[in-house]
Amino acid sequence: MAGILVYALHDDEGNFNKNSLGAISEAAKLAGQIGGEATALVVGDVADDAAAGLGKYGAAKVYRAKNVPEGLAQPIVDAMAKVIGDNGISYALFGGGLLGFEIGAGLTARLGAGVTMEVTAVKVQDGKLVAERPILQDSEIADVGYVSEPGIIIGRLNAFDINETGGTAAVEDVEVELSPWSTKATMVQRGEQRGADVNIEDADILVGGGRGLGAAEGFKLAEELAESMGGAVAATRAVVDAGWYPYAAQIGQTGKTVAPKLYLAAGISGAIQHKVGMQNSENILAINKDPNAPIFEFSDLGVVGDLHKIVPKLTEAIKAKKGG
Amino acid sequence: MKICVLVKEVPDAAVQKRIDPSTMRLDRSGEKNLNPFDTHALEAAMQIKEGGAIPVEEVVAVTMGPDSAVRALHKAVALGADRSVQLTDDALAGSDVCATGYSLAKVLESESPDLVLLGQQSDDGECYTIGAVVADHLQMPSLTQVIKIDVTDGKLRCERQAEYGYDTVEIELPAVISVGDAINEPRYPSLKAIMGAKKKPLDNKGAGDVGIDAGQVGEAGSKTKVLALNPPPAKEAGEIIEDEDTNETVEKIVAWLDERKLI
Ligand SMILES: Cc1cc2nc3c(=O)[nH]c(=O)nc-3n(C[C@H](O)[C@H](O)[C@H](O)COP(=O)(O)OP(=O)(O)OC[C@H]3O[C@@H](n4cnc5c(N)ncnc54)[C@H](O)[C@@H]3O)c2cc1C
Ligand SMILES: Cc1cc2nc3c(=O)[nH]c(=O)nc-3n(C[C@H](O)[C@H](O)[C@H](O)COP(=O)(O)OP(=O)(O)OC[C@H]3O[C@@H](n4cnc5c(N)ncnc54)[C@H](O)[C@@H]3O)c2cc1C
Repeated sequence: MAGILVYALHDDEGNFNKNSLGAISEAAKLAGQIGGEATALVVGDVADDAAAGLGKYGAAKVYRAKNVPEGLAQPIVDAMAKVIGDNGISYALFGGGLLGFEIGAGLTARLGAGVTMEVTAVKVQDGKLVAERPILQDSEIADVGYVSEPGIIIGRLNAFDINETGGTAAVEDVEVELSPWSTKATMVQRGEQRGADVNIEDADILVGGGRGLGAAEGFKLAEELAESMGGAVAATRAVVDAGWYPYAAQIGQTGKTVAPKLYLAAGISGAIQHKVGMQNSENILAINKDPNAPIFEFSDLGVVGDLHKIVPKLTEAIKAKKGG
Repeated sequence: MKICVLVKEVPDAAVQKRIDPSTMRLDRSGEKNLNPFDTHALEAAMQIKEGGAIPVEEVVAVTMGPDSAVRALHKAVALGADRSVQLTDDALAGSDVCATGYSLAKVLESESPDLVLLGQQSDDGECYTIGAVVADHLQMPSLTQVIKIDVTDGKLRCERQAEYGYDTVEIELPAVISVGDAINEPRYPSLKAIMGAKKKPLDNKGAGDVGIDAGQVGEAGSKTKVLALNPPPAKEAGEIIEDEDTNETVEKIVAWLDERKLI
């Protein structure tokens, strides 16, 4: 059976990840075209109705591995390898994020399977899946096919739309024997929120701050600019990892996805992992001193210059305009 | 313990990277350099060695690549590695992630490391996956995008950011860890280290020397195939302002925002 298996990631409260749900919908669409069905795998203590509920997004069946812990890749590799092998599944599909990269890569080794990543679309050619894989900073898109099955497809964040077609999936419990090395990593703490709990998702205007702000204190410039426009401040992983700004404000692959009326990027290079979280903003304005910064490739207005000179004056000018 | 650091030679950041349409492979003819992300892995190895929480006998830089990749190894040694290993073989050319990960695992097996460190991504292929592929072949626990490593009681305590925030994970050795670029600020090599790098031992190995099955590597042994290359969907180019007179620049920005009713 030319089936497609999707790994459905969930958080500690049991909420499924939106990117996983999108991947299930995408798998359901593709499975119809290659004459198979879309199935999903969940691990851990997932309730019957929650598992069966994945049918709403297009899963015909949900495999549940209760003895496999959620959150670390290698035990899930064991589970997926077993389900793929036992059921003759042709492809594994992952929604964008982080864990899918690790699980997909582990499966590549375990099954001797080809892998593509950062995939933005999947199409069917001669009854087989072909991944559209952007390369070299999104300057070209490679159509990548698989010479054998199974094939592993790791999607880019937000690549696959959620499509609710209705339905309830059959739930099948699977007992998975964990590999010895899969039990040698243990989660001590999962999903720690570092820094204040700020709300950026409701803002119409976001000022994004990156490493170009120079230091944690540099965020004052971003905050004052945001305040002058009635907006909020967002951040890149680089500055969150450095402890300059709270994780709750992070945009991108392992942060939030936003689409404000204005995204003003100050000192942000425009890495793919950041872009995927803000590229649907209505207007993108970037200030960066490097004329070759990738962010200018997807900005509506690019300002090449030193933000430390420009931002304070811009804040003053906006205040003056609003006051006058 | 012995730490192996995987390092790769990539086109220099200043080179405009392109795919050669006749081979569908990256054009590697221009200036080349050590993958910048790998300098963080080397620095992490040096900090574990210098930290003293666990005795480190040796740091070995390992690469798979053509003859020219020896320069990446010299850089790695200048940054602190004690010696290096180069896996070179015509049979390996054109390997995809599946084949590369298998080959690197084979050469690592011949070194029996207690810890394998690598970069979060290569600057050319940007596949983010080699670490987890190598780990499964070596049957070792692994984690990617790690930004903090503490060694306690012979185990690693690692932190990294995943989908829901920061995870703290305890990992037994031997292990494979790919490090994120926020883990450290790599040091600059001293002039003396640069001069001495070529004198440090360098092992050259072919596919057969480390027991690689030639059928599983190279373009022929790869499991993916590039069928076509297409340009991305055309997008209207944005407007660009060069900041010469900041007052003028700010005026233009305000006018642009005003036009779009954003202020
Ligand atoms: C698996 C994975 C997941 C990731 N997830 C995320 C994510 O969720 N979100 C995210 O943002 N990133 C993420 N990243 C990291 C991402 O790849 C980049 O490293 C990060 O976005 C870079 O942040 P930055 O733009 O602040 O820093 P840099 O890339 O260092 O860019 C700083 C920019 O500031 C400019 N600059 C410096 N000084 C000035 C000045 N005075 N005036 C004007 N400009 C200046 C520089 O020219 C440069 O372009 C992820 C990476 C991986 C591998
Ligand atoms: C533009 C482009 C796109 C590609 N897309 C795909 C694809 O979709 N699927 C696929 O299967 N292959 C793909 N490849 C081939 C793939 O890049 C190579 O197999 C490559 O050797 C491994 O991927 P990476 O370097 O991107 O790995 P990454 O996983 O990004 O590298 C992570 C780390 O692994 C280590 N490392 C990687 N390669 C070596 C090496 N040769 N020697 C020592 N250490 C190393 C380094 O420490 C590096 O920091 C692509 C290649 C290019 C140039």
